[in-house]
Amino acid sequence: MNENFQNDSADALGEATFKTRRTRWQRLRIELKKAPPTAIFGMLVIITYIFVAIFAPLLAPYGEADNSFAALLPWGDGHLFGTDQIGRDIFSRLIYGTRNTMGIAFVTTLLAFVIGCGLGLISAINQSWLDQLISRAVDVLMAIPALIFALMMLSIFGSSVTSLIIIIAVLDSTRVFRLTRAVAVGVVVMDYVEAARLRGEGLGWVMRQEVLPNIMPPLVAEFALRFCFVFLTIAALSFLGLGIQPPAADWGSMVRETANMIQFANFDFKASLTPLLPAAAIALITVSVNFVADWLLQISSGLRDEH
Amino acid sequence: MVPILVTILKRVGLGIITLIIVSVVIFTLVQMLPGDFTQAVLGQAATEETVAAFRKELGLDKPAVARYFDWIKSVSTGDFGTSFSGFSDIAAAGADQRRVADMVAPRLANTLFLAGITALVAVPLALTLGITAALKRNTFYDRLASVATLTTIAFPEFFIAYILILFFGTLYPIFPSLANVDPNMPFLTRVYVCALPALTLTLVIVAHMMRMTRATIINLLARPYIEMAKLKGEPPSTIILKHALPNAWAPIATIITLNLAYLVVGVVVVEVVFVYPGIGQLMVDAVSNRDIPVVQACALIFAATYVLLNLTADIIGIITNPRLLHPK
Repeated sequence: MNENFQNDSADALGEATFKTRRTRWQRLRIELKKAPPTAIFGMLVIITYIFVAIFAPLLAPYGEADNSFAALLPWGDGHLFGTDQIGRDIFSRLIYGTRNTMGIAFVTTLLAFVIGCGLGLISAINQSWLDQLISRAVDVLMAIPALIFALMMLSIFGSSVTSLIIIIAVLDSTRVFRLTRAVAVGVVVMDYVEAARLRGEGLGWVMRQEVLPNIMPPLVAEFALRFCFVFLTIAALSFLGLGIQPPAADWGSMVRETANMIQFANFDFKASLTPLLPAAAIALITVSVNFVADWLLQISSGLRDEH
Repeated sequence: MVPILVTILKRVGLGIITLIIVSVVIFTLVQMLPGDFTQAVLGQAATEETVAAFRKELGLDKPAVARYFDWIKSVSTGDFGTSFSGFSDIAAAGADQRRVADMVAPRLANTLFLAGITALVAVPLALTLGITAALKRNTFYDRLASVATLTTIAFPEFFIAYILILFFGTLYPIFPSLANVDPNMPFLTRVYVCALPALTLTLVIVAHMMRMTRATIINLLARPYIEMAKLKGEPPSTIILKHALPNAWAPIATIITLNLAYLVVGVVVVEVVFVYPGIGQLMVDAVSNRDIPVVQACALIFAATYVLLNLTADIIGIITNPRLLHPK
């Protein structure tokens, strides 16, 4: 993700030329040095989460759905965060939850971008009845609140991971479409695009080689923000019992399952924190991604405050 | 005043068209239900006759276009049809049927009450914070507010809700952690019972609203006419009241209505956390039971509220736009 905003055409000149031009890595390091502490913090958290998600089976002390322990054990004593109502280790489920929750949110965001960017670019280049058709369809989809629309679609198609990913991706692709179209419309009229088309390049080539690299920076920042929205929507749906289904470990449904423990705060304060752990895990990653997105927006666009 | 009237009428027309299309979308989606749906609702034991009666009740023996107009006609008179929950009990079919409108109406009132008290607290608070942060830009206060709101926005609603329950519901039991309201409660008790859900919603919405207000005001203060007023030597109060504020009404109205629309959605999760008998919880229950008429009614109400709020925002924007008010 980090190289993408290093939007350059001079890489080919690179090392071979005598005039020392900074390489991709050098420029990346310079940008990173200037990054505000919040962005550094955000990146560290994201890297940790990705690490945990990839190596979940190695890090977790017990299995994802291993319910061979006594129910509702307290913190400590072999189970760092105790066990849940049917005797599954909370700590292990938190670790596996990283993989499920982040993985599904990432795939959904990616799909939303494939749909939204593709249609947005087509609309920007075409600008005829097709553009009108797609734009009006998107207007209608955006006239209904996303969570309500998702709830309705889930009641019709049933809640499975596949339908969850497709529904949320389609709903979120509307915003990606709007952004892509708005940015691309300005690029499409540029002379170099015209030149490429006069050269006889195909539509696909023009889109990939001429338009896409020039609209990349705002899209990268949007990807981070979109990921947050998708993540929070899926967490909310899972919390409502309509998202990722058991026995798969997922933070949203873990909050729902352990929510009752909060009543016992006066007897066992630690146990009452259990439902807050997965919720805090969600909060931490969304805060971190937001911090990074804020920084990306600042270096990539004019959205910074003028001084 | 005529051009402004034309603009408003155009916008209202567009809003009505949007509403119609939204209703068509909601109706069409339900038509995509899998074919064995009647069996799923009635259970395996359903006889041929009950299935046929159920299909007739749904109007499945008529063409889709006719069904849409039937549905719209009854919805416009406040009749949302019959809930599926009565049908599962085959023996009592007919006697046990529940009208969707009777289920939705009291819950809609509860939700509007919760959203109302939230808005009463959140709107003035957010505007004050946003405007002061914009005026004292790049001070410590501004940065603190910025980090705090960014953090709150990134928190899921249920996280804020459970933190509040932990502190004010169980550790220091000041407020009830379950918001059980009933229609006979006196007003103040009701507000007291709703305190925690309203506080959760307030926190979420103030963060959004404050950030938007701050951005708008900063954008406004950078305009050339503000600089002109400054150079003329006018006092800061005149600049804000006479030059900035008339141009700020439209964006501020948009911010308020946008966030009230956001409140409509945020209410779903918060209602479930606090077991508040509102329309959001009704919809979630209906979705898990696949009680389609109820889902349809709730979705239509949510979508209509959303569309109407956006319409209001645009109209306020048109009315308060000085350029449209004083045509050349």
